[in-house]
Amino acid sequence: MKKSNDVIIRSVTKVAVVIILTFAINLFISGHHQPGGGFIGGLAFASALILLFLAFDIETVRNHIPLDFKVVAAVGVLISVLTGVGAMLLDHPFLFQAFGYFKLPIFGKTELATAVLFDIGVALAVIGTSITIIMTIGDDR
Amino acid sequence: MNNFVILPIIIPIIAGMVMVIFRKRIIFHRYLSVCSIIAVGIVTLLLILQIDQEGVQTLQLGGWEAPFGVSMVADMFAALLILTTCVVALCCLLYAFRSIGQERENFYFYPLFMFLITGVIGSFMTGDIFNLFVCFEVMLVSSYVLISLGGTGNQLRESIKYILVNIISSFLFLVAIAFLYAMTGTLNFAHLSIRVAEAGQDGLMTVVAILFLIVFSLKAGLFLFFWLPGSYSAPPTAIAAIFAALLTKVGIYAIIRVFTLVFYHEPEVTHLLIGILAGFTMILGAVGAVAYWDIKKIITYNVIVGVGFILAGAASLTAEGLTGSLYYLIHDMVVKALIFLLGGTVIHLTGTSRLKDFSGLIRLYPGLGWMFFIAALSLSGIPPFSGFLGKIFITRGTFEAGFIWLGIIGLLTSLMVLYSIMKIFINGFWGTDTSEENEKRTTKGLLLPLGILTMLTITLGLGAEGIHHYVDLAVEGLINPGNYIEAVFGTRSVH
Repeated sequence: MKKSNDVIIRSVTKVAVVIILTFAINLFISGHHQPGGGFIGGLAFASALILLFLAFDIETVRNHIPLDFKVVAAVGVLISVLTGVGAMLLDHPFLFQAFGYFKLPIFGKTELATAVLFDIGVALAVIGTSITIIMTIGDDR
Repeated sequence: MNNFVILPIIIPIIAGMVMVIFRKRIIFHRYLSVCSIIAVGIVTLLLILQIDQEGVQTLQLGGWEAPFGVSMVADMFAALLILTTCVVALCCLLYAFRSIGQERENFYFYPLFMFLITGVIGSFMTGDIFNLFVCFEVMLVSSYVLISLGGTGNQLRESIKYILVNIISSFLFLVAIAFLYAMTGTLNFAHLSIRVAEAGQDGLMTVVAILFLIVFSLKAGLFLFFWLPGSYSAPPTAIAAIFAALLTKVGIYAIIRVFTLVFYHEPEVTHLLIGILAGFTMILGAVGAVAYWDIKKIITYNVIVGVGFILAGAASLTAEGLTGSLYYLIHDMVVKALIFLLGGTVIHLTGTSRLKDFSGLIRLYPGLGWMFFIAALSLSGIPPFSGFLGKIFITRGTFEAGFIWLGIIGLLTSLMVLYSIMKIFINGFWGTDTSEENEKRTTKGLLLPLGILTMLTITLGLGAEGIHHYVDLAVEGLINPGNYIEAVFGTRSVH
């Protein structure tokens, strides 16, 4: 098979993936008060991985990220559900969230909320599911 | 606030996710699935006792008060159905251990089963119509995978039809929800009930109600059942049994819930329509059941007759009719699972589903034969088995509501059901033994779940008095939507 000429897309990808991942994390963090959150952050994160699949091939990426994305999705859902269960143990309604303000070294006064834990679960579930779908469609085995 | 309410939903989903993580440990999957179903059953039992003493139990997720947050509501009607779901699911699981095969087990059979149960229980429990849509989808997505799992040609052909029909009905469901939200500005069942009662159910609202009826009819197999016989005869026995026992029942539950809690102001239009559709469903289902000479077809058409019969009781909108519907709903879940598992066992033993190809099974498998006989009697509502009481109440309810024709159709189709199922018994179990050249195949492990379900249908028939108190409470809740609304909103007045 002739080797395809993909220098440009590979070079762009190497830079773009870093930017997209940063943006994804930004979306995720801002989600608590502004538009964003676990779902859209997870999708942006997955899009970076999909760009890697396009520029390189699935095998290469899979060798460098040796994760079973189905398990990632399951872990994500478990994290989300268990944060809800955590509230139940403290005699609050399921999915109740607590938050507080803390003085952190670099960030100064920061709001920390348990909803972020829930959102991490959502993000993992979205990443896991979307990558599993793409891999299943992309694989011809 | 009662956190118990959410447990029946999150126990199976946590179990399913843990199984996905430890994918290769099949033995662990089996133990975990059985344990979690039993746990859900115990929680539901406790919940039923609580509802009995303290009234309808609710949970506002995350502490967001209704109608702004998502409410979970466990009334007696939902709780009884969840308990039955657990028993049926447990028996189908036990049957699946012996019959489903290692290949399907390796491809997430048990996690999918758990997600299906999550969706079913979620649909019973939710107090919010959009959440009902979400739980429907959880259930349907799992059922899409379960119906095509294994990938035989027949399964793939039927699953395409099944998925198309359900996607279209889900789309209509969403459209109907959008209309309803535009007109009332709320999606919470209790709040919807208040607002529809205040604004009156005018012509436009009735149209939306009928749109909902179409959607749920597609899911329940009420008149729009063209997809059902094919889809339910494609997957392996354990999966077909859980589909027959649970999936159409969720559609029926949705019809009963929506048309007793929200759209109960124009029964001359909506409930008459339900009655007419139920009548047609019973007749067409019974004709199908009588006409076929194939076990799978006969029992799937019996599912359709059952759907029509339950909704005939709901159409009457009387206490008698609804009592009958609830009795019959519980009976139908148990006995449909039983008859599907029995039918599947017969096919497993003889290797064919055509009735004319075998006979004399009762000589080799007396236990199976007698269980089939009991299931057949129970299915057609012969006393003392569990179908009898439901039939009486439904018939009385339809007479009381003036739908005499509907009651008569119900009784006539019962005879046809009896004929269709006795046809299997007489042709398959009586007669000369044709399987002499084959050695006796093993039924080890398959008979236990069948035995449990058979015992249950006998107990439900003889001990109907014992659960009468709970059924009465459930029906009272359906007749007076006030209890439900008060439980969701507490003493606050909401407009």
